[in-house]
Amino acid sequence: MEPKETTANIQKPEKLVITSSPHIHDTESVTKIMWIVNLTLLPAAIFSVINFGIPALVTMLLCIAGSIACEAAIQYWRKKEITVSDGSAVLTGLLLAMCLPPGIAWFVPLIGAFAAIAIAKHTMGGLGYNVFNPAHIGRAFIMASYPVAMTTWAVSRIGNNGDFAGAISKIGTLDAVTAATPLGILKQQGYDALVSSFGGQMEMYQALLIGNRGGSLGETSSILLILGGLVLIAKKYIKWQVPVAMIGTVGILTWAFGGKAGLFTGDPILHMLSGGLIIGAFFMATDMVTTPMTTKGQIIFGIGCGLITVLIRLYGGYPEGVCYSILLMNAVTPLIDRYIFPVKFGALPEPVKRS
Amino acid sequence: MNLWKEFTKGLIDENPIFRLALSLCPALAVTSNVYNALGMGLTVMFVITCNNMIVSTFRNVIHPKVRVPVYIISIATIVTVAMLTLEAFFPILFKELGIYLALVVVFAIILARAEVFAAKNKVIPSMIDGLGMGAGFTLGMLVIGTIREMIGNGSFMGYQILGSWYQPPLIVILAPGGFIVIGFIIGFMNLSEERKKQKKEKSEIAAGGTI
Repeated sequence: MEPKETTANIQKPEKLVITSSPHIHDTESVTKIMWIVNLTLLPAAIFSVINFGIPALVTMLLCIAGSIACEAAIQYWRKKEITVSDGSAVLTGLLLAMCLPPGIAWFVPLIGAFAAIAIAKHTMGGLGYNVFNPAHIGRAFIMASYPVAMTTWAVSRIGNNGDFAGAISKIGTLDAVTAATPLGILKQQGYDALVSSFGGQMEMYQALLIGNRGGSLGETSSILLILGGLVLIAKKYIKWQVPVAMIGTVGILTWAFGGKAGLFTGDPILHMLSGGLIIGAFFMATDMVTTPMTTKGQIIFGIGCGLITVLIRLYGGYPEGVCYSILLMNAVTPLIDRYIFPVKFGALPEPVKRS
Repeated sequence: MNLWKEFTKGLIDENPIFRLALSLCPALAVTSNVYNALGMGLTVMFVITCNNMIVSTFRNVIHPKVRVPVYIISIATIVTVAMLTLEAFFPILFKELGIYLALVVVFAIILARAEVFAAKNKVIPSMIDGLGMGAGFTLGMLVIGTIREMIGNGSFMGYQILGSWYQPPLIVILAPGGFIVIGFIIGFMNLSEERKKQKKEKSEIAAGGTI
């Protein structure tokens, strides 16, 4: 018997159509959200090109191109619909590039993009199924693979004098000068050496906020990243509680335990503004796929990220811990979702049992 | 009983590492280069074959309640023999394998074959089963070792194949690389089996088979 005949025998559907939630639709879609997140990262990306020159741009383009090519190749091979234009691969590539040191060798971003897309995303089933943040898996993968290249940082071209015009004029040049990042100096030489390298405490805060300092491509300009994050909060793509919980936890804990002289002598502003904390808190810890579903769960997620970040920064071997903290909390996400669930609509609180 | 079938089932269909998912610990720990992987594979092949033969010989004498301790003593004895032999004739390999050589005693695949096969079958089939499973294990170790050494070091059996232009990703010869490589191999094996099954079903439908 041909299979077609059996399907023809099935009764016609009744008029009552039953579908599962969600029932309310609006104009938001994955594609739109992804491209808007990409746009909010753009100012910080442009700033990094000014700050580090053409090598930064090359790294970014390599990451994005690698991610797109990898995603398209896997979807073609698995005979699935090729969804490169939805912007998620571009976002992964861009976020990965933002976590890399500028001017890294050309093949490292490509390997990172492969790890992010092929290992972290598509082995789990593609967009929406990944357990871990793909961009951070890519970074962790190449951090373990090429530790030297991943810790060689180009010098900020804008520098301590705030020389924007000078940086723009030599944007196309290559330079071989390297320097440690603020957190690297803090780890190896201590707080006083860090302050004196900027020429004063206020100058240091200013540099951390504006971004004329060394570091990964996208993490230098805190103010532009915060602006991008505020746009996402205003559009209700992310909840303000998450970055506040994460950055706040880091601030409180580093203030309490960061100082050498005793409790509450640390410098919370330095820790809150340096490293990948801002980009991690606004763009990675708020990822829709890899974080808990409820607001309460997301706040726990943010606090956990902050806690692990501080542990690694103050007591661990690496100067920076945002990447690993978010990955570790990704692993705990299903557990959080299991124990923190929303109250059912209209449900009453459990009556108190009297003995 | 088809002895050839007993041997070949361990190679692909019931491959200890990729199909039974037993003894993943050595598959992760000592496969960072081909030489170690081969050494460990052959050692396990020796232990599993000898143990299967011994267990099979005494299968009617051992009381079921004490069978596991008896099996373990038998395995431990054979492993000690293997360790002393390796220490005497291959001191470098012995040093490289280190603690994992002593850990062969607790490899799940050896106890599993004793329990599942040797305790119920005659000596010759048990020996063939041990050889097949050992060969499958060695094959798995070799595949993982080759991939990891090639990507992670650009060499094969210690001979540099890829030139100095090749900058290997270190992670492949670290522990996470082992997990990733094993995961990908198992994934690809499942995928190819699934596709084979689909093709078979399709051809059956095309041939007018009943549904």
